[in-house]
Amino acid sequence: MTTQVTDETPHGIPDDPEIVLAARNVAKSFGAVQALKGVNFDIRRGQVTTLFGENGAGKSTLMKILSGVQRPTTGELILEGRPVEINTTVEARDLGISIIHQELSLAPNMNVRDNIFMGREIRGPGGVNFAEEERQTRALMKELEEDIDPLTKVEDLRLGQQQIVEIARALSVNSRILIMDEPTSALSASEVEVLFKVINDLKTKGVSLVYISHHLEEALTITDHAVVLRDGVMTAYAPRNEIDLEWIVRNMVGENFDLGSPPTGHEMGAPALELKGLTVPATASAGNAVDGLDLTVRAGEVVCIYGLMGAGRTETMECVAGRLNATKGEILLHGQEVSHLSIAERIAAGLVLVPEDRQRDGLVQTMTVGRNLSLASIGNFTKGFLTNLRAEAGIIDRSIREVTVKTDGPGAAIGSLSGGNQQKVVIGKMLATKPSVILLDEPSRGIDIGAKAEVFRILADHAKDGMAVVYSTSEVGECLAIAHRIIVMRRGKIAAEFTHDVTKEAIMAASGESLVA
Amino acid sequence: MSNTSAVTGARKSGGKGSFSLIQLLLEGRAFFALIAIIVIFSFLSPNYFKLSNFLTMSNHVAIYGLLAIGMLLVILTGGIDLSVGSVLGLCGVFAGFLMQGIEIPAAGVILYPPVWAVVVLTMALGAFVGFVNGALVAWFKVPAFVATLGSLYVARGVALLMTNGLTFNNLAGDPALGNTGFDWLGFNRLFGVPIGVIVLAVVALLTGLTLMRSSFGRWLYAAGGNPRAAELSGVPVKRVQISVYVLSGICAAIAGIVLSSQLTSAGPTAGTTYELTAIAAVVVGGASLMGGRGTVNGTLLGAFVIGFLADGLVIIGISSYWQTVFTGAVIVLAVMLNSIQYGGQGKRS
Repeated sequence: MTTQVTDETPHGIPDDPEIVLAARNVAKSFGAVQALKGVNFDIRRGQVTTLFGENGAGKSTLMKILSGVQRPTTGELILEGRPVEINTTVEARDLGISIIHQELSLAPNMNVRDNIFMGREIRGPGGVNFAEEERQTRALMKELEEDIDPLTKVEDLRLGQQQIVEIARALSVNSRILIMDEPTSALSASEVEVLFKVINDLKTKGVSLVYISHHLEEALTITDHAVVLRDGVMTAYAPRNEIDLEWIVRNMVGENFDLGSPPTGHEMGAPALELKGLTVPATASAGNAVDGLDLTVRAGEVVCIYGLMGAGRTETMECVAGRLNATKGEILLHGQEVSHLSIAERIAAGLVLVPEDRQRDGLVQTMTVGRNLSLASIGNFTKGFLTNLRAEAGIIDRSIREVTVKTDGPGAAIGSLSGGNQQKVVIGKMLATKPSVILLDEPSRGIDIGAKAEVFRILADHAKDGMAVVYSTSEVGECLAIAHRIIVMRRGKIAAEFTHDVTKEAIMAASGESLVA
Repeated sequence: MSNTSAVTGARKSGGKGSFSLIQLLLEGRAFFALIAIIVIFSFLSPNYFKLSNFLTMSNHVAIYGLLAIGMLLVILTGGIDLSVGSVLGLCGVFAGFLMQGIEIPAAGVILYPPVWAVVVLTMALGAFVGFVNGALVAWFKVPAFVATLGSLYVARGVALLMTNGLTFNNLAGDPALGNTGFDWLGFNRLFGVPIGVIVLAVVALLTGLTLMRSSFGRWLYAAGGNPRAAELSGVPVKRVQISVYVLSGICAAIAGIVLSSQLTSAGPTAGTTYELTAIAAVVVGGASLMGGRGTVNGTLLGAFVIGFLADGLVIIGISSYWQTVFTGAVIVLAVMLNSIQYGGQGKRS
């Protein structure tokens, strides 16, 4: 908070006509938890205001308040100089405020036209006036320069195109203020470029945008104003030309943060995991997601796999862990072929995967923190038919300490933890099986910088003890954190291999990505 | 059987220590409902609050209770087993068929298997139907609702075919043939407690222990809560799915044996719509139809709530049409309360 470049924190009633929507002293509590502690901030006409902040800083809560999903406990919203109350999303829509959530809210079984007019169909004398809806949809698509047929089913569109449909829907209600929550998290580099072009077009049309993203570099390229939140308080506010990446990170975290460095001072052992000509077919389309991949990871080594969405990172890891079948190739664990083993047998052999999507693949939401932690190692505390409660409690306690989960105790509901702590539970669960090779698919996805650093520290510690660690990431900065070796994947193949002293630019160039600048 | 502790323990620590009366009522709702039913009917009829009546009613509950425990296991994995009523009927008929003796034309003899063999073979038949259900669901990806709906029809049809629509009446056996004792299950008592109730207690105890303390129990909750995460954690999800249908089939077979023993007859239409009563008991007992949440104690309470309510209405002489209405209302109320309980939990996370 000490390092504010400009103190132009807004307060009072905004008299500037350029300010479309302003929040004043907005606070929100959930029970005893204060998610927002009195935030002021302005949205300017035809400009992009980006919200930066770690998970749990209050970004989503603030956006939900602006878009009528939740009501503030105290404070007020001022729309073009007049105080307003926004109680529902429909009221927000009528005021010209739309939000595009991180999870798309389209009906995949319906076509583009029906999705855009969902809930506000144009009625004609004979029911819905489909022709008029289609005409307007075509006009919108033309405006967005997207060649999407209004009669295509949404499920047949690429994720990036679905995002465009979502934007078109927001535009079709004549939104003056458009809030985008992590719109690029599922987009490819070229799709991001399209999105940014759309955003720039919207700006020239006078639409004001609020943008939230974990991709700091990316967000910096389009923002006009930056707002940084930390623990429910706005810590900094500045126009684009006065700030840089370092400023944002400093204000987000409160101190200079280092994701660590590759562990040193230990001997690399024998090859722990060897992939030879691994080929995995793509699930959605023809062709191979992983195409003849060769990779050797030695005991004590940390390898990072970098690549864009669809480069084949997830498929590689899921195949090695046993969820997907390879059509060709060998997977050797300490020299032993494991392709024929089940997931459970691979875990027993010491090969584990921490999946990418912790909600979908990592956690059992109906179980407690403790039972989630012990789930993969039940065999270790079962004698005959019955489980040994004391042995289980021991394993759980050790895991909680080892991966430093902040929780009320093993009996707490898994949903009561923050994203970062949930991720640590998933990692702790797999570490409890005492693996010799651990694969982590985007272990840092959706967790804050502090938790990221801790996750990398845990991995580095285990590598020092001789564990082979393979993690994938889509953030270049994380490649350079603790990896001894960086593998860049592109279209199912290894495009390049680097050691720790490589530059970010070289990695990105190898992946087929270019810095959007 | 204190396996509620897993769920309630988690909720208490998540609940910020505020423990209100409403919360207590909500968590123990099946228990309080049972108390209320007993109090109200004891007030309405002098015959209700008597030990002999409770034992008789419990003997009725045993049938539903056995089906409900099997159903609980299936529901915990996020599935459903609609075939249990038909399997009950089929197994009753099969037991009756075995008691009549098996004629082997080639050897020209009639085999009269002893009662223990009848019981084992009948349970094996229940397990077989369950295995078919489980295989359809786990391996062939048939939705549980459809797979078990099919078995519901097939099992009932086979039962009707076996008897040509008639009922086996003579199940008492013959001392000369060495197959007496089948009616022991239905009529005898141990320490004054009907055998059916004891069977239910034993099955409940074993199931409770399995759910609470065995790795299989843990797998079951995990597979129901999030099958993808469970699989990646090394849980053999498909094996668990098949096992629960097999166990549900065995429970239905036991219920079929107890029922035909109680009636000393085995009719092919026995157990019609019992699957719905069993589902109702599980739901009233607080289990979530989405899987992953539910306990044996809850399910037992649910079965007793439904059984004691139905019998109470009979005792005070209310028409069976009204019983249907009351049962329906209780089920809807229970599901509504489940939504409130679990819905609140979802929001907190």
